[in-house]
Amino acid sequence: MLIGNYKVSYAADQAIFRTPASRAWLWVLLGVAVAFPFVAGDYFLYLANLVGIFTIAALGLNILTGFTGQISLGHAAFVGVGAYATAIAATRLGLPFWLAVPAGGLAACLAGALVGTPSLRIKGLYLAIATLAAQVILEWVFTNWTGMTGGIRGINVAPAGLWGFEFDTDRRVYFLVAGLAAFHTWAAANLFRTRVGRAFIAVRDRDISAELMGIDLFRTKISAFMISSYYAGIAGGLWVYFAKVVTPESFPLSLSIQFLAMIIVGGLGSIKGTLFGAVFVTLVPEGLRAVVQGATAYSPDAMSWLAPMKDIVFGAMIVGFLVFEPHGLAEIWNRIRRFFWLWPFPK
Amino acid sequence: MDELLQFLVSGVVTGGIYALIAIGFVVVYKSTGVINFATGELMMLGAFFAWTAMAVAHLPFAAALLVAAAGAAAVGALVERVVLRPMLGQRPISIIMVTIGLSSVFKGIAQVVWGGEYRSFPTIFPRRPVELGPVVLPSRQAWPFLIAVAAIVLLAALFRFTRTGTAMRATANDQATAFGMGIDIRRVFSLSWVLASVTAALAGVVVGIIGGISPQLGAVGLRIFPVVILGGLDSIGGALVGGIVMGVLENLAGGYLDPLFPGTGVKEVAPFVALVLILMARPWGLFGTREIERL
Repeated sequence: MLIGNYKVSYAADQAIFRTPASRAWLWVLLGVAVAFPFVAGDYFLYLANLVGIFTIAALGLNILTGFTGQISLGHAAFVGVGAYATAIAATRLGLPFWLAVPAGGLAACLAGALVGTPSLRIKGLYLAIATLAAQVILEWVFTNWTGMTGGIRGINVAPAGLWGFEFDTDRRVYFLVAGLAAFHTWAAANLFRTRVGRAFIAVRDRDISAELMGIDLFRTKISAFMISSYYAGIAGGLWVYFAKVVTPESFPLSLSIQFLAMIIVGGLGSIKGTLFGAVFVTLVPEGLRAVVQGATAYSPDAMSWLAPMKDIVFGAMIVGFLVFEPHGLAEIWNRIRRFFWLWPFPK
Repeated sequence: MDELLQFLVSGVVTGGIYALIAIGFVVVYKSTGVINFATGELMMLGAFFAWTAMAVAHLPFAAALLVAAAGAAAVGALVERVVLRPMLGQRPISIIMVTIGLSSVFKGIAQVVWGGEYRSFPTIFPRRPVELGPVVLPSRQAWPFLIAVAAIVLLAALFRFTRTGTAMRATANDQATAFGMGIDIRRVFSLSWVLASVTAALAGVVVGIIGGISPQLGAVGLRIFPVVILGGLDSIGGALVGGIVMGVLENLAGGYLDPLFPGTGVKEVAPFVALVLILMARPWGLFGTREIERL
């Protein structure tokens, strides 16, 4: 319980910042994000871009899985749909990036609506398997629809440009990624203060009860799929301008699993948690790489252990969080915060 | 005509192996409600156990099978006790992800212990191809298929005729009542993981004999989803029928659709297209239980 946090109106209770301190923290975070590209090295900017893109994708997955309760094992495929749509719009139609990326979002959104259609009839584990099928089938389409996707050779895309300014280095792409990531985080946080967003949560908690309360189940589930895939599509579009090339093997099932790991490690149904999860899951393998590289000083063939170690740590991380901290990093953060709210009084 | 027959027969052979894998999956789902995404990796571990017994310890094949079964049983029991039991009653997403996490751990461990390269079993069966009328089967498909069939028959007998098998069926049917009748539910959960792991290990050996083993062998595990969805997630008979049907479908798709989409691996994706169609039409499968929700 937060001391001295007394609300007298509904508006105050629904406010996105519950205390002035959390508003201040957000400004600090934004300040750090803006200052980051001016001080960080290339490698860290590359990682920051990766984290930013994954944040947008993971937010989409959390909207669908964490907030609406629809499990998706095909999220990476939607990122792929967005990436291919963006690349095709940019190369064939010659659209500038500020039209091509939304086009990717829109294409993924439509694909999401299509895959989400059965969600009224099937749910839970069955839906998970249906989205797994979507992942396998879409991957097959990426590889084999050579006329459109360029097959395994993929599509090369020129850097994004705006009024003669080229987003050609990771430092410049960072502004694009960070801007869009911030915007989409803000949008997601506000989504759950609207009727649509509240309906998502009601459907997650008990879909039949939600229906009795006048929520149109089909529309709600389809909207969740569409919004979620739109996020994935935007992430895919950014991926295109980040990697400058789209190939089918960039969107495997293991990436879908990685997105799921992000929202589980971060916290299902938590916007803040999604950010934590995207950062954590992206950086842990990099930290591991650093450790293993350090170990080469003692044993020269340590690098050959990197791949299996990554698998083991990744799996153990998922299992560990699920067994010991099912609400993820967001809950750990909240516990620390609660401690300081009460401090110096004991719990 | 002979061509069709050949496709059908190799389809049945593939299907028999799918059925064996699917049975292990269904046993766990039926009694504990867990969708086991680690089935493929349990197969891979079992195959490596058997391979080690044969290639390193130079045991005969039958002994190697026993070693694989024992090793897999230990892994299954451990996994159930340490990881799955605390997860009982959690949301589907958590349970799915915990088995996915386990599969990643198993894959990593296998790479550490056995390395990443392909290995093949020493020659076990006579090399002469088996001829059934006009159809010719390579011996390394025919014999493993027989092992799969034997394992399925053995499992069916276990469920049908033993006291433990009856207890497991009772638990799957109605947990509360079974508990009331004095059946030790925890033991049944543990046993179903052990059984599933042993089944997976046998299936792994079979697949390993046909195609060689590596830590990537677990990828076959994904192919069981079309099988179990067709048969019904909680039906062992369904797993059998589903396995055979999907095996045949896959081989027919490989035989007749591949020329239309050359070099695209249409064989791998066809079962998943079928899966989507089945989910649209009859999500509980041919023989599964239709879930009815009440508030």
